[in-house]
Amino acid sequence: MTVESTAARKPRRSSTKRVSAKKPQRSEPELVQLLTPEGERVEHPDYSIDLTPDELLGLYRDMVLTRRFDAEATSLQRQGELGLWASLLGQEAAQIGSARALRDDDYVFPTYREHGVAWCRGVDPTNLLGMFRGVNHGGWDPSTNNFHLYTIVIGSQTLHATGYAMGVAKDGADSAVVAYFGDGASSQGDVAESFTFSAVYNAPVVFFCQNNQWAISEPTERQTRVPLYQRAQGFGFPGVRVDGNDVLACLAVTRDALERARRGEGPTLVEAFTYRMGAHTTSDDPTKYRADEEREAWEAKDPILRLRTYLEKEGFADAAFFDGLETESESLGRRVREAVRAMPDPDQMAIFENVYADGHALVDEERAQFAAYQASFAEEGK
Amino acid sequence: MPVQKLPLAKAINESLRTALDTDPKVLIMGEDVGKLGGVFRVTDGLQKDFGEERVIDTPLAESGIVGTAIGLALRGYRPVVEIQFDGFVFPAYDQIVTQLAKMHARSLGKIKMPVVIRIPYGGGIGAVEHHSESPEALFAHVAGLKIVSPSNSSDAYWMMQQAIQSDDPVIFFEPKRRYWDKSEVDTEAIPGPLHTARVVREGSDITLAAYGPMVKVCVEAAAAAAEEGKSLEVLDLRSMSPIDFDAIQTSVEKTRRLVVVHEAPVFYGSGAEIAARITERCFYHLEAPVLRVGGFHAPYPPARLEEEYLPGLDRVLDAVDRSLAY
Repeated sequence: MTVESTAARKPRRSSTKRVSAKKPQRSEPELVQLLTPEGERVEHPDYSIDLTPDELLGLYRDMVLTRRFDAEATSLQRQGELGLWASLLGQEAAQIGSARALRDDDYVFPTYREHGVAWCRGVDPTNLLGMFRGVNHGGWDPSTNNFHLYTIVIGSQTLHATGYAMGVAKDGADSAVVAYFGDGASSQGDVAESFTFSAVYNAPVVFFCQNNQWAISEPTERQTRVPLYQRAQGFGFPGVRVDGNDVLACLAVTRDALERARRGEGPTLVEAFTYRMGAHTTSDDPTKYRADEEREAWEAKDPILRLRTYLEKEGFADAAFFDGLETESESLGRRVREAVRAMPDPDQMAIFENVYADGHALVDEERAQFAAYQASFAEEGK
Repeated sequence: MPVQKLPLAKAINESLRTALDTDPKVLIMGEDVGKLGGVFRVTDGLQKDFGEERVIDTPLAESGIVGTAIGLALRGYRPVVEIQFDGFVFPAYDQIVTQLAKMHARSLGKIKMPVVIRIPYGGGIGAVEHHSESPEALFAHVAGLKIVSPSNSSDAYWMMQQAIQSDDPVIFFEPKRRYWDKSEVDTEAIPGPLHTARVVREGSDITLAAYGPMVKVCVEAAAAAAEEGKSLEVLDLRSMSPIDFDAIQTSVEKTRRLVVVHEAPVFYGSGAEIAARITERCFYHLEAPVLRVGGFHAPYPPARLEEEYLPGLDRVLDAVDRSLAY
């Protein structure tokens, strides 16, 4: 799979409908697609995939539950239970498709929006909420699920992923590493440096860029003058653009990139062309910078609806399945709501915990001073 | 032979060699550290003996060097990275302060970050700009990092061993103008704790506190002052984060006067921190305000002016006189 062959290919759907071969419009990019927005299964010469009905239902379930979790978290923010939330609405296929391509021994470096990937890694969704509620900076042990902590500084984690992948190669292991980042992060120097390092050391890392079209209020055009997947060519490894709202294509393309990494053939850049349907975070107001029509156009490409259409058309799922999933969704929402409200504030002395692994005299001194200061109030109150 | 007289740079080289030899997880990374052995030859011969997988020449990208070292540490390695010169560390500053320093706390103690960042620092070698700076205070201000600087070959050897064994990230500032100074190293000695200060010379009239390249200047100043009948105690702090305030306090309670000497600009520098804390701790013992001798609030000057910029014997002795005049 090379950049050239990707660029030369046309989406199958548009190849039958295309009236003009002029330069592609932004709304119809050249991309790998296996399931059209209308729920039609199409084939691609380089990325075939053959899933059982149960596997398809599993992907659908993952997307629905992730969306439900995300909606609950957004509501909880509106109710004042969370300080902030970064919604993944619209990006379910990119996250579930890519994450379901992973093996347990693969390692994931997320941004702060990879709730669907966390779901697939087995991280309890309530653990994701601690940092947004303000009780910690990441409430899970990364080594349990091979899912690193969320990274707030844009693009930093792509270098961590590259270093980790260099270590995997040194160990002689055949696992792979995935670095998630967005179109905005593609402008960061760290992302460029991670491309350089991974190419030079042939590191088994897959760069999974979710191009959701907006970096807060800045469109992708403000980040790049070439399609993002083409960046890879300049660094000496392949790049491919996939329909990020097509869970099958995301799965197939990521699986291919992971296999390439496992074979020792080095990094791949996957650009999942998708759309952030909500705000960047709950503190953002997308009505100030983008038109309603844009969102409406993308709603027609909804990743969950298109898979549902396909499942129904093929008779893979009946009403009982969808009803059951609805019940499961509501139960998940309730569990998340209750878990957040039950989250205790951290002990005040937690400020001084884990600053250093081996301890530090100044931290010890300030801890003792603060404890004495707090204790003085208790004494006064007696 | 356990006891040898070695230049400071060679002592670090021997220390890195020992670490590579004893722990297969130790890696050396940096620009030109392999075949060339580093621009100061501190890593000379290591790639030849341990191979390109252990002693890694990197692309010319400091953020990339530190960022990938973080990833390698997450995978269980213990990277020792070289930043070629002090003024080149800033592209990596983001990775150091937002990622490396905080990983342990963010993970509630689950993640350890045993990364050592070696930085040849300070002036006095006639270099061009960005090759002579002392940015230690910029790192010491950040919780999660430990900052040390040896002043002699024995410390260089042992402090590097201890830094590599530490599960915390350590910024290891190497006084580049002392790289060629020889002193004894006992590779079988039992070293003291990494973050303790050491009394280099005992005295009773005034305490000089310094670290890294300035320790030698202070020892020379004490010798010169002795000829004038003044007894100066010289403390080698060895660590800038944490700082061994107990040792400074003990000395100041004896001498009742303190002058802090460093190459870095005085403004917001480690001398300011030491002055403030020692004033709190020793207010009733002090006979004079704590004085500071260091660099100016100006860019490090061109080489032909660095003798004026760097604290030398006379500026230290002038501060001693001012302190004694109170």
